[in-house]
Amino acid sequence: MSTRVFIPRDSGALSVGAEKVARAIATEAAVRNLPVTIVRNGSRGLYWLEPLVEVETPAGRVAYGPVSAADVPALFEAGFLTGGRHGLNLGLTEEIPFLKKQERLTCARVGITDPVSVADYEAHGGYRGLRNAIRMEPAAIVEQVTQSGLRGRGGAAFPTGIKWKTVLGATGDQKYVVCNADEGDSGTFSDRMIMEGDPLVLVEGMTIAALAVGAAQGYIYSRSEYPHAIAALTEAIQGAYRAGFLGPDILGSGKRFDLEVRVGAGAYVCGEETALLESLEGKRGVVRYKPPLPAIEGLFGKPTVINNVISLASVPIILDRGAAYYRDYGMGRSRGTLPIQLAGNIRHGGLVEKAFGVTVRELLYDYGGGTLTGRPIRAVQVGGPLGAYLPESQFDTPLDYEAFVAINAMVGHGGIVVFDDTVDMAKQARWAMEFCAIESCGKCTPCRIGSTRGVEVLDKVMAGQDREANVALTRDLCNTMLYGSLCALGGMTPYPVLSALNHFPDDFGLPAAEPAAAAR
Amino acid sequence: MPPEATTAEPWAPAVERALAAHKTRPGALLPILHEIQHALGYVPPAAVPVIADALNLSRAEVHGVVTFYHEFREQAPGRHVVKICLAEACQSLGCEELLAHAKARLGVELHGTTADGAITLEPVYCLGNCMLSPSLMADGEIHGRVTPQSFDRLTAELREAR
Ligand SMILES: Cc1cc2nc3c(=O)[nH]c(=O)nc-3n(C[C@H](O)[C@H](O)[C@H](O)COP(=O)(O)O)c2cc1C
Ligand code: SF4
Ligand code: FES
Repeated sequence: MSTRVFIPRDSGALSVGAEKVARAIATEAAVRNLPVTIVRNGSRGLYWLEPLVEVETPAGRVAYGPVSAADVPALFEAGFLTGGRHGLNLGLTEEIPFLKKQERLTCARVGITDPVSVADYEAHGGYRGLRNAIRMEPAAIVEQVTQSGLRGRGGAAFPTGIKWKTVLGATGDQKYVVCNADEGDSGTFSDRMIMEGDPLVLVEGMTIAALAVGAAQGYIYSRSEYPHAIAALTEAIQGAYRAGFLGPDILGSGKRFDLEVRVGAGAYVCGEETALLESLEGKRGVVRYKPPLPAIEGLFGKPTVINNVISLASVPIILDRGAAYYRDYGMGRSRGTLPIQLAGNIRHGGLVEKAFGVTVRELLYDYGGGTLTGRPIRAVQVGGPLGAYLPESQFDTPLDYEAFVAINAMVGHGGIVVFDDTVDMAKQARWAMEFCAIESCGKCTPCRIGSTRGVEVLDKVMAGQDREANVALTRDLCNTMLYGSLCALGGMTPYPVLSALNHFPDDFGLPAAEPAAAAR
Repeated sequence: MPPEATTAEPWAPAVERALAAHKTRPGALLPILHEIQHALGYVPPAAVPVIADALNLSRAEVHGVVTFYHEFREQAPGRHVVKICLAEACQSLGCEELLAHAKARLGVELHGTTADGAITLEPVYCLGNCMLSPSLMADGEIHGRVTPQSFDRLTAELREAR
């Protein structure tokens, strides 16, 4: 019998040589005349162990990692096809503590299945949510999503069910479901992992959304930096069409849903939902005024559901297991789980899906194992380039939307970027302004001009020129941007800037903050 | 200049193919520009009127789109494109040093092409590989945990690959 060997096709695994490993294993197996079936799965999210190769044994899947092509002959010698002993043997994958302690709901299948196989997807519980939804009234689907407490995972944390309800209630001959797969935030890669590792859960989530609001056409807008995600999605969509899960007659219901992938072109602002819709229409990604909401006048002026990848990929399990099952995870008003991404200078970087409530400290040390460089962690940025920098004193904050708002920070898309004690926080503040200047869509002055001015003023601060006055000017400028910007690019760039100033004044050549100022 | 006058240009067949493939799709402009850039490595400014004409848009609109998006180039790049990630996670593990090394080794600034026409160096802001920083993308393939040494190996391989 042929042994199944799993070697990820995930771009992170590929970035450290998974393709060469796959080729080496295929070649070595052929030379030794050993029957193996290589499955190109997603990543388990334990990236410091990538390329992580798994072998199916009667006891379960045994992991080896990080494997390089040069290790392959020795692995065969050690009998790795039957889980043999070897220095890279990590034991049963499911027993690795980093993975074992997680609560994987949205990412339940990532790394386990063949991402583009509809049969494998169904064998692992896929399409059960859609099979339930197809028998329900649209309003009942919306109600389930509302009851689950799911809030948008793209950043703004708006209740998904309420958004859907607006689209369901809107009149229009044509409605759209759009997936925001622009994932521009540094430190985030969970959307990518879903698209590469379990794209069908996104396809299923979008199909359920379409049934819920009465849409017949869907678009996934992926960033162009994700070629492997685009390829996996495209393959998965073709499979779903062939199996009758997409197209003119979904599961014999007589309902149509067509889905296609569109690709961005390297503009961070196109992650903002209205800029994304402009881009999908073939225009410059300039932010629209709201109202009208996209739910009323969205793509091509029609009622449109626009949701993040993780939001949509969380819908199938809600429709499968019920709203209460999902809602039972989490804390306060943050219900369910969040795929958290540990990134930057971290020893064990990767994906940690946990119920809301896990603290930053647990994530950084219990999961992340501290920095990669072995130096102390000085600051972490949560929620992407518009998220605040947290000092050590805030590491006990639980991952919870409200708890983060209370410390002037944001959970955002759940990315945590770690910096050790060599970081210069004035430089990081300056970078926030610079990034805003690079990516501004140019529609409003506080963002377009303010960010460029911000870079100049911070340069002066860093050069020690009129320090107090220029810091005051920076704060003024931040205020103008906070209150005068049309969207969160200009409106939230002050978060990293002010948090750096407030928590790390020494880096700006300022005396230590008074506690009251630091709290602001 | 009427569109007919330009069809003898070397880029014309690629542009015609892209237009034929996507013209009737809703929101066709980005797919068209992507396909042109995929085929040619850039979007020739002289093709803008042809595209505008086919889509019933003004030249200003098409030009506006080409210049708005960081990814579209108006000049042919080198035979290979290396994009170094300069976003926060990669900053935390020294992408600035990597960039300085790359510039010195290749003898170019960002957006520049090496003298032999082999490699164009560009910035990128996150490749979704932030757990294996510093990262770069070379001809569409992502590389993680890049060091100055692995950078040199990679660029040597690219040069060899022609
Ligand atoms: C500058 C900017 C960039 C954004 N980038 C993204 C992104 O890459 N992905 C995303 O899902 N949402 C992004 N958002 C948030 C979207 O505007 C929007 O809130 C989201 O798509 C709604 O989906 P959700 O409710 O499922 O989160 C961004 C917002 C801004 C202001
Ligand atoms: S804040 Fe910046 S990105 Fe947002 S609309 Fe204004 S100019 Fe555009
Ligand atoms: S910040 Fe460099 S890959 Fe994400």
